[in-house]
Amino acid sequence: MSKFPKVALGLVLTTVLAMPAFAEKMGLGRPALAAEIDAWNHDVRPDGQGLPEGSGDVATGETLFSANCAACHGEFAEGVDNWPKLAGGAGTLADQDPLKTVGSYWPYLSTTFDYVHRSMPYGNAQTLEPNDVYAILAYILYSNDLVGEDFTLSKENFLDVKMPNADGFFVDNRETVELPEFSKPACMENCKDKVEITAYASVLDVTPDEKKATEPVPAVVADAVPAAEPAPAVEVASVDPALIASGEKVFKKCAACHKVGEGAKNGVGPMLNGVVGRAAGAVEGYKYSAAMADAGANGTVWDPATLDTYLTNPKTAIPKNKMSFAGLPKPEDRAAVIAYLGSFSQ
Amino acid sequence: MSERPTEKPEFGPTRRGFLRASVAGGALVATGGAAFAQTPDPLITEVQPWARVFGDGIDATPYGMPIRFETDVIRRNVPWLTADVTSSINFTPIHALDGTITPAGCGFERHHSGAIELAKEDYRLMINGLVETPLVFTYADLERFPRESRVHFLECAANSGMEWAGAQLNGSQFTHGMVHNMEYTGIPLRLLLEEAGVKPEGKWILVEGADASSNGRSIPMEKALDDCLVAFKANGEALRKEHGYPVRLVVPGWEGNMWVKWLRRIEVGDMPWETREETSKYTDTMADGSARKWTWIMDAKSVVTSPSPQMPIKSGPGPVVITGLAWSGRGTITRVDVSMDGGKTWHEARLQPHSHDKALHRFYFDHVWDGSEMLLQSRATDSTGYVQPTKNALRAIRGLNSVYHNNGIQTWWVKSDGEAENVEVS
Repeated sequence: MSKFPKVALGLVLTTVLAMPAFAEKMGLGRPALAAEIDAWNHDVRPDGQGLPEGSGDVATGETLFSANCAACHGEFAEGVDNWPKLAGGAGTLADQDPLKTVGSYWPYLSTTFDYVHRSMPYGNAQTLEPNDVYAILAYILYSNDLVGEDFTLSKENFLDVKMPNADGFFVDNRETVELPEFSKPACMENCKDKVEITAYASVLDVTPDEKKATEPVPAVVADAVPAAEPAPAVEVASVDPALIASGEKVFKKCAACHKVGEGAKNGVGPMLNGVVGRAAGAVEGYKYSAAMADAGANGTVWDPATLDTYLTNPKTAIPKNKMSFAGLPKPEDRAAVIAYLGSFSQ
Repeated sequence: MSERPTEKPEFGPTRRGFLRASVAGGALVATGGAAFAQTPDPLITEVQPWARVFGDGIDATPYGMPIRFETDVIRRNVPWLTADVTSSINFTPIHALDGTITPAGCGFERHHSGAIELAKEDYRLMINGLVETPLVFTYADLERFPRESRVHFLECAANSGMEWAGAQLNGSQFTHGMVHNMEYTGIPLRLLLEEAGVKPEGKWILVEGADASSNGRSIPMEKALDDCLVAFKANGEALRKEHGYPVRLVVPGWEGNMWVKWLRRIEVGDMPWETREETSKYTDTMADGSARKWTWIMDAKSVVTSPSPQMPIKSGPGPVVITGLAWSGRGTITRVDVSMDGGKTWHEARLQPHSHDKALHRFYFDHVWDGSEMLLQSRATDSTGYVQPTKNALRAIRGLNSVYHNNGIQTWWVKSDGEAENVEVS
């Protein structure tokens, strides 16, 4: 026997004696290392706790916003489709349909830093450096007419920025305002003189059609295949309706960023109509990474074989491209989604 | 062969006396119950295939799904509500369920960056901030702590939110389906916090998830030490991916957004963080433009799940089971009343006896329907004496601009043909 166990035992006893509070503990888990806490502890509070060193100006923020945020939030932070609007709405909070934005509603700028740094860009979170976040916030403040175009936001002046709706919130008062009113004995008879219907859901008619949920593959998908004009490079395999249907399901993993089909527009990623057979980095109006633009310039064409390689592991296939997607490890998933994409011509 | 078995006779022979009495009164014509069969029912007189040959052997489905006749009992989405399915919500088919436990496979989903796949082996839970020793736990560590199993409802604060401005969606699944009720197994959060040793100035915790949204929320220490669970099982099995596998937070009675999924970090602090989910979202705008924050508790609420727009009365006049769910974030449900005339007159319903704190309760009201129109409502009373208010009573206090915490009484207009519509009444 070595002396080691005795040393270890001595250490344990010392620890227990030195920290009697630990005697009641389970002794499970292990101390977190400083580097681990730093890696995960990114939250920022209204008092500024958690703000990293750094700064960024409106002009830099405009460029960053355009590249990272505008696909959903609009070039002027005005919002695209159903995605959140980040600017505007000042003075509308008491209106019938208030516009709640960072400028009109958010009480603390720290919330914006915390959220952008930890949870954005959507589909590519935790990729912005602190200086980027300061710059994007400066641009969002500018878009809300809260700072001038020469403004630079930094850790040092962060707490000087007062948000317009900082005093617009009060702590839940249901206990005093609602509970007494709603805790009276319940009426059982003759509770009203008359009852009239005042609103009907059928007037708005916004309930989803339930049949859609149980329908198998819509016939229209199969019909659409012969109508599509496959480019010569497209494999014949893409006309298998079952494979296309299976690819439609796989595509749900892509659909947050990529649109396909009639009227598809660029989003976080480029729209994918006609992608099979097209040169890489070629959709008009989409801001590609330099890596993807170079791939296209160097002759990469999205034929099924190239797509298969790319979708197996996008990060190794085209290093430094900006698609943040782990890839489709199953060959059958890749074949299906390529067949599905092949069914949408330009 | 048809896909589904032929419609079963509505009533068994023991109801014969009752049916005769009803027909004598002219109420029952079209139901065609077995008692009036003129020709023998071939489902009885002929040997059916399932009575002659083998069914599936064991292991035909090592993990079973509902039988194919039940494929319409599924979660459903309202596509126009949100921009994308990765940050969206769907609805539990409460109209088609009974009892109180929600099967995990149809319990509603709410994601802010999609449902991630996180293996137990890759799971880490960190506690940091104002503690004596910041700690890291593995999944295996969590399995060694003393654990509890408790039934609780989880309701999204936005449940019924589309109904603030007026009746909008036709179906209890859509008006009230952002709720589910499961038996959770987990570790009291208190034990994990004690393991790290909360410093005296630690009054709040921040909880965040491992997904891309991280969905941070602040919770006061009092609640954290009271009844929160760090859960890894629901309804006896591992949490479903869409419900936060392998570990989620359970915050009984409080809005679902705080039940952080894929829980990866708990930070102890001396003030709230005022994250996006507790400022920009999950705050309630009043008529004057000011906003309530920290509206964590879910008020007492109930809804008739059947009959309802998705569950019309198909059997015509006669006996009908009116049933629904009731729950309260402040305790148990002590009583549910049902009205068939839009709230003029109320009748006490039968509450099922198993009653858990901050959990769904099931009520039944056995009614002999005469075929006339009904304005069907339910009204819950909880163990604090709180009586579920009307929507108009809520509007009188909060105005029309709220999104969250609509617990007002729901009305279904059941027409004489048995079809039902979502309406509001004076």
